Amino acid sequence: MDLKLLPAEASPEERAAVASVFDSSSEASNADRVAREGLNEAKARRHLLLPALHAVQKAVGWISQGALNEICCRLIVPPAEAYGVASFYAMFSTVARAPRVAHVCDDIACKLAGADAICATLERTIGPPGTSSADGQATWLRSPCLGLCERSPAALFQLAGSESADDDTIAPATIDEIEQILNGATVPAPAVGSTPQTSGTREPELRLLRRVGVADPTSLSAYRAAGGYDALARAVQMGPAQVIAEVSASELQGRGGAAFPTGRKWDAVAKTAETPRYVVCNADESEPGTFKDRVLMEEDPFATVESMTVAGFAVSAAHGYLYVRGEYPLATARLEGAIRQCRADGLLGADVMGKGFAFDIELRRGAGAYICGEETALFNSIEGFRGEPRNKPPFPVEKGLFGKPTVINNVETLANVLDIVLEGGAAFAGVGTEQSTGSKLFCVSGSVERPGLYEVAFGTTLGGLIDLAGGVRDGGGLATVLLGGAAGTFVSPEHLDTPLTFEGTRAIGASLGSGVVMAFDESADMRDIVLRIAAFFRDESCGQCVPCRVGTVRQEELLRRLARDGARPSPAAEADLLDELARVMRDASICGLGHTAANAVQSAVSMGVFEGTERE
Amino acid sequence: MGAGGGTSSYTDLHRTDVVILWGSNARETHPIFFHHLLKALHSGARLYAVDPRRTSSARWADVWLGLDVGTDIALANAVGREIIAAGLVNQEFVDQATSGFDEYRAAVEPYTLERAERITGVPRDAIRSLAHAYAGAKSAQLCWTLGITEHHNAVDNVLALINLALLTGHVGRPGSGMNPLRGQNNVQGGGDMGALPNKLPGFQDVEDDELRAKFERAWDCTIPPKNGWHLTQMFEAMERRDLRGLYVIGENPAQSEADADHTNRMLQGLDHLIVQDIFLTKTAELADVVLPAAAGWAEAEGTVTSSERRVQRVRKALDPPGEARDDVDILCELAKRFGHDWGQPAAEEIWDELRGLSPMHGGMSYARLEALGGIQWPCPDEDHPGSTYLHGRLWKRPIEGRVAPFSVVEDVPPADGLTDEYPVRLTTGRRLDSYNTGVQSGGFASPIRRPETLDICEADGRRWGIADGERVRVQSRRSAIEMTVRYVDNLRPGLTFTTFHFPDEVETNKLTNPAWDQRSGTAEFKAAAIRIEKLEAAVGVGG
Repeated sequence: MDLKLLPAEASPEERAAVASVFDSSSEASNADRVAREGLNEAKARRHLLLPALHAVQKAVGWISQGALNEICCRLIVPPAEAYGVASFYAMFSTVARAPRVAHVCDDIACKLAGADAICATLERTIGPPGTSSADGQATWLRSPCLGLCERSPAALFQLAGSESADDDTIAPATIDEIEQILNGATVPAPAVGSTPQTSGTREPELRLLRRVGVADPTSLSAYRAAGGYDALARAVQMGPAQVIAEVSASELQGRGGAAFPTGRKWDAVAKTAETPRYVVCNADESEPGTFKDRVLMEEDPFATVESMTVAGFAVSAAHGYLYVRGEYPLATARLEGAIRQCRADGLLGADVMGKGFAFDIELRRGAGAYICGEETALFNSIEGFRGEPRNKPPFPVEKGLFGKPTVINNVETLANVLDIVLEGGAAFAGVGTEQSTGSKLFCVSGSVERPGLYEVAFGTTLGGLIDLAGGVRDGGGLATVLLGGAAGTFVSPEHLDTPLTFEGTRAIGASLGSGVVMAFDESADMRDIVLRIAAFFRDESCGQCVPCRVGTVRQEELLRRLARDGARPSPAAEADLLDELARVMRDASICGLGHTAANAVQSAVSMGVFEGTERE
Repeated sequence: MGAGGGTSSYTDLHRTDVVILWGSNARETHPIFFHHLLKALHSGARLYAVDPRRTSSARWADVWLGLDVGTDIALANAVGREIIAAGLVNQEFVDQATSGFDEYRAAVEPYTLERAERITGVPRDAIRSLAHAYAGAKSAQLCWTLGITEHHNAVDNVLALINLALLTGHVGRPGSGMNPLRGQNNVQGGGDMGALPNKLPGFQDVEDDELRAKFERAWDCTIPPKNGWHLTQMFEAMERRDLRGLYVIGENPAQSEADADHTNRMLQGLDHLIVQDIFLTKTAELADVVLPAAAGWAEAEGTVTSSERRVQRVRKALDPPGEARDDVDILCELAKRFGHDWGQPAAEEIWDELRGLSPMHGGMSYARLEALGGIQWPCPDEDHPGSTYLHGRLWKRPIEGRVAPFSVVEDVPPADGLTDEYPVRLTTGRRLDSYNTGVQSGGFASPIRRPETLDICEADGRRWGIADGERVRVQSRRSAIEMTVRYVDNLRPGLTFTTFHFPDEVETNKLTNPAWDQRSGTAEFKAAAIRIEKLEAAVGVGG
């Protein structure tokens, strides 16, 4: 394509960074006689856009016009499109930025744990978010939920430069540690675990958390010693059709929030005539309050690799993509290590296990965009486009990644497949309730004694789960529980006996969502929390469709009016307007973000969060 | 293969699998066509671009083959040989619809990939890839322009390409065809109407007695029974003083012809020169009489014919300014002075006369042209929908009419050879925002236009000690001019490029070679040999 570029040259570092995403052997040796840079080649290279942007961001800390030009020339991408992609993600900067960046989480759980005080201190010592430190080497930004709620407050560090360490997180974070790391100190390893059930006396019923704390997550042999790859071996014995039959019989439903039957997806893809097919693991966990997939990937990464391989075998897909949230550096490193070891051991590649089928996994790192957890937005992100959702239908099973039939499953969903293959679908369906089979991971955080990731069989009540987490912290009274994350619902303590199943939560007008159970005691400033949720959706709306882009702004404005003071001209009119906004977003938005952006807010307003005397 | 015109339609292009752009920078010079090509590419078609320069069109190609200027026949013959050697010949088509295959096969046998690589400079893998893609495609379009025809062996070049279409059967079918792209909205129409030295309207041969008699009856006059001269022959006739008077309509030969010094001497030596144009061109400035004409677009009624043979109506919206008059008015007025009263026919009356004489236009009434949004010829009667593609007869079994002959053609290097004295190849072309000598485009501002330059690659500049932006003397075997050098990234060492868009500032055609093809009359604008000299160091400049 004949690209028109603004005049700007890439630096040698930027050039090298862009070159690193290419296979150097593909360089043309006689470029003055033959060139291949047409539309088909451009299409073939486009998927390298996100990795190329990451490489530049990592090397120099921001993406300059010169670097963007270099990327455009190498990838054959029109510069306006490349800029559109670069500016889409929170972790990329298209203006000059200091090389050490602290993203300080000020989202719900971290807010409860004192994030605002940390931010206030940083504002005093460095300046408002985005200001460079005195030496120009560091800056800080506020961040939406980093998925470390069980150890809040949390911070993510983006460290740029050729000498820099990998990006990393700290949780719980203190202001002293954040400032030290911004000054160049190395990031300490986490001291606290995330799964209380695996410390001390181990609960024998654990399935999904079976290997957590038992098998070294960096060792393939440890994984195999703990039963790893038995499932794939069994699957190969059974054959693809039987694997799909077992998954269907298990009645496994998706754990990402939509609860779609997994077997139906696999069956649909396996039955299409079209090839190639893809398996995509949605590891872009970003729902505020959710950290279950992160823990699985950090502590049992081989299980993700193995379960994707089972899926690939079942639907005859040779390529898998693992799209990991950009804010999850440890999970990324562990998965990269797992993929590397599995390739070396013939568990991924042209002839998996010597059984005559091909499957390999490419890991893609997100770059800070909640919307990319929406499956079609995730496809666009992998393909090198802005992470904007597509209209459905067509559904991913028909036209998914690169327009081909695609199985896309959440990390936790896939993890269940291993047990289903080993014990059979019927046995799996025997666990839990009739309509919610198997066990479920819950992300318990907020005002409880032992926040963490808990695995329980479906059917455990909300109160039972909170008790498992030690009950309300410091013996306080429970004010409310946020079920399902920012896209979920606030429920009052009167619902503590609700069974945590798909059907049980539906009965009280709530949903399990991604398994978030965030407890608030009576000291929590609920107005502040609700405003943060509204701000979250306003910020994360991709802007593609009007109902969501405008609706999330109007919703936040409305809540700020409600919260401002007692002189509210007409609370009833505001409530009507909120309902109307919610209805428009639910009816007319393209994707789930707009559909659910009003859920938690409406439930909080109906619980009377904004009623009563004016704010102190 | 008979009537001169693209065999396919834009709609064929949209649904084709492989497109070859051979000697065409359509991205800049045929933007409407390229727009249709983009549709094909976005639907997954593969594009191969054959061009010495890595043009903006080549940048859209799956594979660009950067051959040396004037080696097209060697490349085409090698592609043909590879298609035969790989067993990719459409044998049924060759057997049923063509003649001369055995001779062709024997003639291309020496053009191995290795030899073609030596002659053309294109790596053999790329040649093989082109051959296999073209022959293996379900449907394919072979398109060319002046990179093929502005050579001393233009016709051989075209025949070499036609051979490839015959070999693969990529002609006369939906999606498959051969298309010489036309540079104006009505170049095709000019040919259709008989503005050719050997054709009457509708591509009917002048030298065919029966056809000529038909026109003589209709026009009540005698038509000279021999082919006329084409442009290059006319200049030779001027040199011999056989041609003393010239009537030029809508052309600017003073600036558009190769070897401009010679051309101007010839024009100035005429007894009488009439120029009819909408602008006072350089040629008009030399004229004894200038007839100001109305613009064919918006100031006149009539039709135009596009590259895909589609005849479309144009309508008058404005009266021409000043004394300017419609071409038909001028011609009829002249005829009257010569003693023939043609009256004042309306455009539609003239058109209906044509329909009576040219079978391919027979069914194209104004009413139908309007109702159908234009009709593609041939359209013999009013029930005929027009023809989206030509030569479908070759696929009838048994075929209708004559079989299509293969032609034996051999590689012959450009007439202006490279020597130690003239070691650099200059090729000329056009840029997006300008048209030919700039008569129609120079008067309009363009944000992307820049003063004309001699484009070279940076490596050559360094080798020769010539800086970007430096003024140099460019010497060819015919003349020398001063030009400003510009470094570009789409040329390889030894290859330079410029245009003749700004003849008032840069007289490019003083350099170009008038060597021409006896059959087409086209000069070799694409291949001049030059040397580049630094100017004497100017005294007292800089410091």
